[in-house]
Amino acid sequence: MQAFEYSNPASLKEATALLAASWGEADVLAGGTDLISLMKDSLHTPKRVVNIKSIHELGGIVRTAAGLRIGATVTMDELARNAEVRAGYPALADAAAGIPSPQIRHMGTVGGDLCQRPRCWYYRQGFGLLAMKEGKSLVTGGENQYHAIFGGGPAYFVSASSLGPALIALEAKVRLLSAKGARVIPAIEFFVTPQDESTREIALRPDEILTEILVLAAATHSATYEVRQKEALDWPLAAASVAIKMKGPVVGSARIVLGHVAPTPWEATAAGEWLAGKNITVETAEAAGKAAVEGAQPLSHNTYKVTLAKTAVKRALLAAAKVRA
Amino acid sequence: MRSKKDPDRSRQAKGNFSRRGFIRGVGIGGGALGTGLLENAAEAAPATAASAGPGPVPITLNINGKPVNLTVEPRVTLLDALRNRLDLTGAKRVCDRGTCGACTVLMNGKSVYSCSVLAIDAQGKAIETIEGIAEPGKLHPVSAAFWNHDAQQCGYCTPGFVMAAKGFLAEHPNPNLEDVEHGLGGNLCRCGTYMGVRQAVLEAARTLKTQGGKNG
Amino acid sequence: MANTPDYSWPPMEARKVIGQSPKRLDGPAKASGRARYSSDLNPKDLLFGVYLTCPHAHARVTSVDTSAAEKIQGVTAVHVVSPAGTEIQWQGTEVAAVAAVTEEIARDAVGAIKVVYEVLPHLVKEEDVAQAGARAKAAGEILKGDPAAAFQQAAVVSEGHYGIPVITHCCLEPHGQTIQWQGDSVWAWPSTQDVTHYAGQLGQNLKVPAANVKVKMDYIGGGFGSKFSPDSWGEVCARLSQKSGGRPVRLFLDRATEQRIAGNRPSAYADIKIGGGKDGTITAWESHSWATGGFTGGGSPPLPYILDDSNHPIPNKRLVHTAISTNTGPFRAWRAPNNQQAAYLTCSAVEDFAAKAGLDPLGVFKLNLQYAPKVRQDLYGYQFDKAAELSEWKKLWKLRGQSAGPVKRGLGLGFSAWGGGGHTSQCNVTLHADGSVQVDIGTQDLGTGTRTIITQVAAETLGLPMAAIKLTIGSNDLPPDNASGGSTTVGGVSASTRKAAVNALAKLFDAAAPALGATADQLEAANGQIRVKGSPSKSLTWTAACKKIGAAGKIAETGINDQRNPSRELISSGTGGVQVADVSVDIETGIVKINRYVAVQDCGLIINPRLAESQVYGAVIMGISTALFERRFMDAATGAMLNADMEFYKLAGIGDIGEIKVYMDIRPENDKRGVIGLGEPPAIAICAAVGNAVANAIGVRVPHIPMTPDHVLDALEGRNA
Repeated sequence: MQAFEYSNPASLKEATALLAASWGEADVLAGGTDLISLMKDSLHTPKRVVNIKSIHELGGIVRTAAGLRIGATVTMDELARNAEVRAGYPALADAAAGIPSPQIRHMGTVGGDLCQRPRCWYYRQGFGLLAMKEGKSLVTGGENQYHAIFGGGPAYFVSASSLGPALIALEAKVRLLSAKGARVIPAIEFFVTPQDESTREIALRPDEILTEILVLAAATHSATYEVRQKEALDWPLAAASVAIKMKGPVVGSARIVLGHVAPTPWEATAAGEWLAGKNITVETAEAAGKAAVEGAQPLSHNTYKVTLAKTAVKRALLAAAKVRA
Repeated sequence: MRSKKDPDRSRQAKGNFSRRGFIRGVGIGGGALGTGLLENAAEAAPATAASAGPGPVPITLNINGKPVNLTVEPRVTLLDALRNRLDLTGAKRVCDRGTCGACTVLMNGKSVYSCSVLAIDAQGKAIETIEGIAEPGKLHPVSAAFWNHDAQQCGYCTPGFVMAAKGFLAEHPNPNLEDVEHGLGGNLCRCGTYMGVRQAVLEAARTLKTQGGKNG
Repeated sequence: MANTPDYSWPPMEARKVIGQSPKRLDGPAKASGRARYSSDLNPKDLLFGVYLTCPHAHARVTSVDTSAAEKIQGVTAVHVVSPAGTEIQWQGTEVAAVAAVTEEIARDAVGAIKVVYEVLPHLVKEEDVAQAGARAKAAGEILKGDPAAAFQQAAVVSEGHYGIPVITHCCLEPHGQTIQWQGDSVWAWPSTQDVTHYAGQLGQNLKVPAANVKVKMDYIGGGFGSKFSPDSWGEVCARLSQKSGGRPVRLFLDRATEQRIAGNRPSAYADIKIGGGKDGTITAWESHSWATGGFTGGGSPPLPYILDDSNHPIPNKRLVHTAISTNTGPFRAWRAPNNQQAAYLTCSAVEDFAAKAGLDPLGVFKLNLQYAPKVRQDLYGYQFDKAAELSEWKKLWKLRGQSAGPVKRGLGLGFSAWGGGGHTSQCNVTLHADGSVQVDIGTQDLGTGTRTIITQVAAETLGLPMAAIKLTIGSNDLPPDNASGGSTTVGGVSASTRKAAVNALAKLFDAAAPALGATADQLEAANGQIRVKGSPSKSLTWTAACKKIGAAGKIAETGINDQRNPSRELISSGTGGVQVADVSVDIETGIVKINRYVAVQDCGLIINPRLAESQVYGAVIMGISTALFERRFMDAATGAMLNADMEFYKLAGIGDIGEIKVYMDIRPENDKRGVIGLGEPPAIAICAAVGNAVANAIGVRVPHIPMTPDHVLDALEGRNA
């Protein structure tokens, strides 16, 4: 780990002033579950690390007229246990509770979950975010068991965010603050597929801090289903978050977002639209699952993930609608 | 290998990010253990709210109920501070990437991976290590239960497991087997002692209850 | 001594300490974090060693420039391991090492070393033998009978492809040591499975007399066959210390390097064809196997496993093996070398044969025990039945693929054989005139319970409680013991300890006999007394008896077990085991869960049932981890090990193992055979049993271990072509 200056600002004003205009100068430290490893592996070599855990206003889950405001330094444990989140936004609570390590839940933060870097082993071994060698992707010709089945490149890593799919399904927004001011963007716009090595997989700019997440107050049924082989700490192989607004006994509208299948959380728009006007049954859930994976472009070793994604959608829908399979 | 790691890896920090104090305080005598290898606090820049480092910085950690002063660079993890500077070697360095749980300590009562916490960032928190959970010569009920159920072979994962279990039981005083399996999903054992660990945690829960919930 | 003393174990019913389950003696130290492993030592003036390793799988070192590293303040030594000209054959090879006053400075210095490589072509994958080209070397062919004709005549012929990948030892305490080399003396605190021989090997590397090398190790954080020698890092650590003016240096591998170079189990792949009768009798076997254990290639596992006694083998067989040299870290002994691979390949093929014949594999395995060693046939027969009973085989087993619903249940079998025996071991027992008892033996406790076992044997023999025994192990100042490997430790140390204690006791009887008005041969030690056999009232307390020790003030006696001529009255070798996996497979996710795992294990005389069971549980849990999760991922293009970590090198956690049922086969006829080691035998058959259970559940063979969703769904969805 390269030596760095450590800053511990008490206010957002101080914090944003410590950030720089380009990547590589400063990194924001919250839970540290990813950043410390990135620094140990020299994937991040910031000259300054800005701890934001001392900034009071970044904590807390607060009900507002518009919905819920979830501070960036709220831990995954706090999120998973929060009564309002559990009652109103089970997709979010499921996703946070699904992380099998209590230590990670205690340390990891909501902001960190969204800003963490991909777990792609080519990236982690220093071959770059796009893992290109001599103009060819190492991923497509290599070990892509845990890689993307959607997106079509040039990036093939999968977004590691646990909360991203749920937030997109719930039509949440994220607030980003720099010394120049704040902007609020839909969660779906926060995640981007990088086209080259110099861009990142999130819309956050180097001088910005993700300060909070805003979840709308909406009467939705929601759930997240993660396909995990291990009960102990591990990444999901695929996941789906769904949010359903009912119109009487049938679906009014549904949003279905897949996780761990693309460089960003992957919204299955057509599958969601297909569900409108239907009851949620085992059959319709299964059909929605099939629709959700249409157009999947699996790589040499990850066709199995198509089945997993399909199953995740089906099971998330049944969980959201509380239908027993 | 064409590495795409940050290109300035080998470059020393420049400009505002001076390496003041870095290294100057060391190298003479090497320093005795127990007070830190980077001894010379006078030459190290003090930590301010705004910034500290990158050179060695005096910090104070609250470990097992006592303030401990040491001087470390900001990049030193809590685990390495405990093991290399303070000779508290119960927490082990195994994966060093927040996966295996061998380095588990409690911070403000909650289990964390000390390999993924900066020592400087642990200031102001109550840090509990396995060395602090029982009187000298005695065993904490969780440790005793691990012994009773042979929940250890090589034993290298055991301190981390004991601390994770202690933190888990503080939050789940009446666990069933399923709770134990979920609650200790952040720790790995290579020798295969999980059968014993399951029983040990269930027994420790019972013991702690009869002792009036005194979990340390 | 006129006669050879009777060293044999007391009969089962007379044992007081042996056969009991005292808790492990080092349990409190380990469970409280007070146990000091070699990687925990912080001697005064400690320096920190860090390696620079090669990122390439195959390269020639063109130049190594350490000048910048040497200039960094706090760096005390830089040592080049692979100088210019060195050809490197696998990623992670050590290129240089640095010692510095802090670990952070040592890492900075490593980062400042400039190495130029000429990158050379590599091969790192062996799953597909056709891709190996010139790196694949014919490694033997065996032909017996007339397999071609036998297959033609066979009523049932099954064919299958099977593979078991390279996995890593992944010891939690990495390989390494702390060493201080000052003047002509070397003090070493290694993490080793062989305390006694470490000094000789390190001394040879350093050109220092072994007599000048002091080795001490109290605890070791896992070895599993990968920590037998000082390795190159022992020498490098010593040189760093010497170059640093004799300050101690701690050098342990980081996790990535540990995973890449510090030990793995070779792979094994095979296409296997079995022919036989409608009743399930196998008459012909043909296998084409290949394997890698790294650059040196990979040997053939013994096929067909167990069913191949030289006096009455399967009558027709053809075995062809190919060794594939890869640019990957070298293999090391792994809990029952080659047996896990052989068990997996054989048991899978036999299960497929049974399925093809429409037969219950339990019957097919038992029927073909006719090809197993005669002495073991009855034992296996008993064990198959016992395992079937405990797994409710008759009730739960269905023909392959008959399980209904999206979550399918299946049962599968595996079996094992292992030798064991006792390694060469010397124990000294000293009885002091004050009654205290000292037991010294230069062995090591890998977490198997060696300390506890030795103490139990000494206490049993001397008629004392365990607390009266002061045991010292873990140093080369002690009487020599051998490496802990091959499940030979318990045999070695229990025999040497028993003999030393019997010998010492005989001397004590000589000293105490006059006071009791009896002859030495009339005396016995029991309940803390030396007493006349048959007249328990004529007795001396232990302490009083020891006061009779003469002018020497102590009795010091030795006991030796010689591996080549072992103490047959005390120890034995040769075990068998049968295991059954009961699994559920979710065919919508490919996730395999263990419902219940039954392990029936023959184990000879058990000194400590608690610790013996822990060994079996541990072996099974490790086996489940390998069956469900573990594999090394090598990248063909870059030659890198992609999961040199503990995140994507996946180990089973506490919730991933299901319910495990261990049945120790301690029938009197097994007890009579004496002590047999248990580290390896129960670790052999798990991949076999789990793989067979999955095939039974889902109706198709998943050829490759581990049973991960990709492998399971590829099989279910027909992507194995």
